[in-house]
Amino acid sequence: MNYVIIGNSVAAVGAIRGIRSIDPQGNITIISRERHVAYGRPLISYLLGGLVTEKRMAYLPEDFYDKNRVNLLLNSEVVGVDTADRKVTIAGGDTIGYDRLLVATGGDPFVPPIEGMADKDRIFTFTTWDDASKLKALAPDIEKVVVIGGGLIGLKAAEGLHLLNKQITIIELADRILSAAFDRPAGRIVAKKMKANGIDVITEDTVIRVEGVGSQITGVTLKSGDFIPCDTIIVAIGVRPAATFLKGSGVEVNRGIVVNDRMETNTKGVFAAGDVAEAKDFFSGVKNPMPIWPDAYIQGDIAGVTMAGGSKEYTGGIAMNSIELFKVPTISMGITNPIEPQQYEILTYQDQENYLYRKIVIKDGLLAGAVLVGAVDRAGIFAGLIRERMDVNPFKDQLLTPDFGFVNLPKEIRSALFAPAGKVTETEPSVQAVGH
Amino acid sequence: MKRIYMIEDACIGCHLCEVACITEHSQSKDPVKAFLHEQHRPISRCTVEEWDGGVVSFSTTCRHCDEPDCMRACISGAIQKGNSDVVRIDTEQCVGCWSCVMACPYGAIQRNLTKKKANKCDLCPDRTSPACVDACPNRALVYKEGSQK
Repeated sequence: MNYVIIGNSVAAVGAIRGIRSIDPQGNITIISRERHVAYGRPLISYLLGGLVTEKRMAYLPEDFYDKNRVNLLLNSEVVGVDTADRKVTIAGGDTIGYDRLLVATGGDPFVPPIEGMADKDRIFTFTTWDDASKLKALAPDIEKVVVIGGGLIGLKAAEGLHLLNKQITIIELADRILSAAFDRPAGRIVAKKMKANGIDVITEDTVIRVEGVGSQITGVTLKSGDFIPCDTIIVAIGVRPAATFLKGSGVEVNRGIVVNDRMETNTKGVFAAGDVAEAKDFFSGVKNPMPIWPDAYIQGDIAGVTMAGGSKEYTGGIAMNSIELFKVPTISMGITNPIEPQQYEILTYQDQENYLYRKIVIKDGLLAGAVLVGAVDRAGIFAGLIRERMDVNPFKDQLLTPDFGFVNLPKEIRSALFAPAGKVTETEPSVQAVGH
Repeated sequence: MKRIYMIEDACIGCHLCEVACITEHSQSKDPVKAFLHEQHRPISRCTVEEWDGGVVSFSTTCRHCDEPDCMRACISGAIQKGNSDVVRIDTEQCVGCWSCVMACPYGAIQRNLTKKKANKCDLCPDRTSPACVDACPNRALVYKEGSQK
């Protein structure tokens, strides 16, 4: 069996382990357009800010590819897939045949056309190790940066640059930063902390023109008419599934590559996982791209197991982020900002002074989402309550307490989780992936 | 694999499991030195919870899951499941992003705020039986072969 995986981030890693848990023999080939082994992509802001060294970027133990017998093709971009003949074409013309193909290419940063940007040098995106390296190398020459987009990528880029003592202005179209994960109070708390650190956050505005002379940038003009001086621009508006090479292949691409609960696409032998895929949402069952790190791993694992002939099903993606911004830890998960709030019960606790905030979102007695700012300890217990669809009504009034724990849950639940009764002795060792 | 389980009805909430955990993971492995003199005193990897002034109490710790949510959420690769099935964290590699804290449904990963590193049970690699289990005067903690769920 020939397994070909396009992409080499966390979904691919999940897939490799998934395949090897079933099939220790088959050939696995990874094709990546990047030149690095799998790395902690979210660490690029830490790398930029000098919080981690290049040595720490590797996501896997050194012997991982060897142990799992993975053939690594780095620096190779797939430009086409022939699903009839089951082969992929790499830039340069080489082709590689497959029996099972996994597309785990992630996202491409989206850069909208902005007047005046075409001939400018210092306009960057921030999604790869090389993006971070480029910025770091230029850093001594950078003074003022405009970051377009106040989402996760924009804020992390801003934080990295802030650690290098650059002056930063974030420009966000929505009424608050991190609008996808946060509600207004949480967004405000983080924005307040950023402002206290000297970062300008401009909301409900957008860049309409890049100003400058020749290839040099002097600043940007905003829709409101304001002019913000800068010498460098980071475009962090969002990412799009990196699936353009599937054009003409017959693989169904909507907002992402459409997959079922086994990560199969509409085309036999072709699978997708991670940010590039469009799988079902945990709550609604509606298919959506879910650019969430742990979710990409889970999808990759399911794809790998399915490709190798095993069986495992996706229970649906839950948005989940843990982001520390300027020393304020935040964790958000699930539905944090329902579009129809009247259908939900929302509990909040707030202490703006101390950067503390806690929000619990309940629907029909089930936990649907949570936002924790400041005190984030044991947040995963909420993730468990969401995933297990547990009735939270009996202890609803305790969900906001900062030390919420298993003591607040019914005794049967903690016994099921932690007591020895009912736990079976594993007589035979379970099937193990090599190189875990 | 061998896991640590708790027997709630036997727990008296003495917190000795936490003391033993801190001591075991200290430099001196001596409780007095660890608590009074060591600069970076570890934090406990097991958590005692109490209710109603101690009428209910129990100690929880890592399940060393078959498919660890913490490992899947870890952005730096610091958390790995080793050949012995123990889920370990490489604190050098950890960047303190708390993704594991977000993901662990057992609430079993702590934030070490002074070191800015995640903290979790390692089943005491230097011992035959984990320190928390050995320290429990009521045998409310047991270490035995068993499944995660």
